Amino acid sequence: MISYILRKLAILVPTFFGVTLVAFVFIRLLPGDPVMVMAGERGMTEERHAEMMKLYGFDKPVLEQYLIYIKDVLQGDLGKSIVTKKPVFEDFMSLFPATVELSLVAITIAILVGLPVGMIAAVKRGTPFDHVSMTAALTGYSMPIFWWGLLCIIFFSGILRWTPVSGRISLLFFFEPVTGFMLIDSWLSGEEGAFASAVSHLILPSIVLGTIPMAIIARQTRSAMLEVLGEDYVRTARAKGLAPRRVIGLHTLRNALIPVVTIIGLQVGVLFAGAILTETIFSWPGIGKWMVDSISRRDYPSVQGGLLMIASFVVVVNLFVDLLYGLINPQIRHTK
Amino acid sequence: MSEVIVDNNILDQRKTGRKALFLEFWSYFRENRGAVIGLAFFIFIVLVAILADIIAPHLPNHQYRDAMLQPPFFQEGGSTKFLLGTDAIGRDMLSRLIHGARFSLFVGCIVVSLSLVVGVILGLAAGFFRGKTDAIIMRVMDVVLAFPSLLLALVLVAILGPSLTNAMIAIAVIQLPHYVRLTRASVMSVLTKDYVTAARVIGVRKVRLMFVTILPNCLAPLIVQAALSFSTAILDAAALGFLGLGAQPPTPEWGTMLAEAREFILRAWWVVTFPGVAILLTVLAINLMGDGLRDAFDPKLKRS
Repeated sequence: MISYILRKLAILVPTFFGVTLVAFVFIRLLPGDPVMVMAGERGMTEERHAEMMKLYGFDKPVLEQYLIYIKDVLQGDLGKSIVTKKPVFEDFMSLFPATVELSLVAITIAILVGLPVGMIAAVKRGTPFDHVSMTAALTGYSMPIFWWGLLCIIFFSGILRWTPVSGRISLLFFFEPVTGFMLIDSWLSGEEGAFASAVSHLILPSIVLGTIPMAIIARQTRSAMLEVLGEDYVRTARAKGLAPRRVIGLHTLRNALIPVVTIIGLQVGVLFAGAILTETIFSWPGIGKWMVDSISRRDYPSVQGGLLMIASFVVVVNLFVDLLYGLINPQIRHTK
Repeated sequence: MSEVIVDNNILDQRKTGRKALFLEFWSYFRENRGAVIGLAFFIFIVLVAILADIIAPHLPNHQYRDAMLQPPFFQEGGSTKFLLGTDAIGRDMLSRLIHGARFSLFVGCIVVSLSLVVGVILGLAAGFFRGKTDAIIMRVMDVVLAFPSLLLALVLVAILGPSLTNAMIAIAVIQLPHYVRLTRASVMSVLTKDYVTAARVIGVRKVRLMFVTILPNCLAPLIVQAALSFSTAILDAAALGFLGLGAQPPTPEWGTMLAEAREFILRAWWVVTFPGVAILLTVLAINLMGDGLRDAFDPKLKRS
């Protein structure tokens, strides 16, 4: 197991440097030089420009610039936002919990619905339940989620008036963030109605964000279950007269879950991509909306920092998924 | 003397050749009702796109100033002149949707061809040469995969500037790793086959070995991947259009149409609903087809 972990970590190093290289190159590929980019639309005089180039070290050789960049990154310095004038790292960390909270609730909903639906569809293969649920799953998988979000707003917020249209909590409530997770903070605040307000703001965006992962999980669970149901040991278990419930629960589900766990882990990237759209539609103050806004405001240091942070996060989560996979499936860690 | 009786029934009567292979494939594909429906709808969309100029009742960008935000014909206040109503500046929704089909299919074709060709070449090289070539190609692909797809597309478009062409390039880049990985994996499994060893022994040159001996035997998973990434490309292009970074107004691209319609969602449901339905149905049809292709290429899986 240790050699398996080391092997996985060894692959991680070049990936991380590749990610920093992409972020480093990004700001240099933009039209104009980095200082002009930072100056934004206002522009600046020649002397000031030369001064700034020197200040930021852009007059040095590119390789040296890259090494300095790496050093800064490792010290947690991602530069300063042009718009807020605050360190990018600080901006990122203040918005990150909102995206994590949204994504966690979304993936929880996706698992709670997708897993049982996939299981039942496999066990009741060929029945109307199987057909209807798999058609629904394929439809969910094909859904343009920005449109799905708009439809949900029209129906639940516009016509039924059940949920608010945007934000994380009603403006009536104000309290200091403790954890950054609105559900926990609103509950801790003890203000009456705050928690309910946070829930009502969260529910629609998380369903929208969870739709595609839900469809993927349902489809994968079904095909993993079908594969295991055809195995000899399942037939043996049946033949020796075990109760169907026990065959499905003990012999089938456990083995079918192995690939499903990986699929769930791989949804991090899907969730982030989805968060960009979902947060934009619901004006959810998270990383996805911040990235889109930063791009349209030409706040490139923020885009650069966000790019690096998000990719690093995805890489680390995928590493954990790999390790978890090795843990629950011994076959994997012994093959090359 | 005993006679040798040849019973034709026990001889293998399966036909060989391209036509027979296709017929075998088709007989599997036909069994999947969803796939056939998907294929039929896809052909319909292709026809709509090709004949857009003829069948669209109005010009896609013509503004009827006296008929702004007119509802569809079946709703009160609608007229049969504009079957699916008009948008905020009086353009016919139906005509714009019909012309939009062109953009979506165009995006799908270009993106799939780009990433397929480049991905197959890189994947072949990685799987065939192994060693350093393999390590470099695969590590670069790992880096691309580290970024959530839409995020990388957004950033690439920020560098290149927002337009449909640049959106297509960006989407082709983010889809590349899937083709490279798939090709590499199938090349490595095909390389161990006896016919490859035989070809090597008789001295077939490397390029021929790669493209004539190995590649055709890796095609099935690539075709399935191409179908599935065709639909992802359409979705991603629409998402970029929706974020204002894809096709620019007044292009009748479905995602861009949705972006323009956003402020009217509570007033005029049709300007928001129809472009989304068009995206959903097209993507769904292609995915149904993709599922059918996968099952038809791998009948074992289907019957397990």
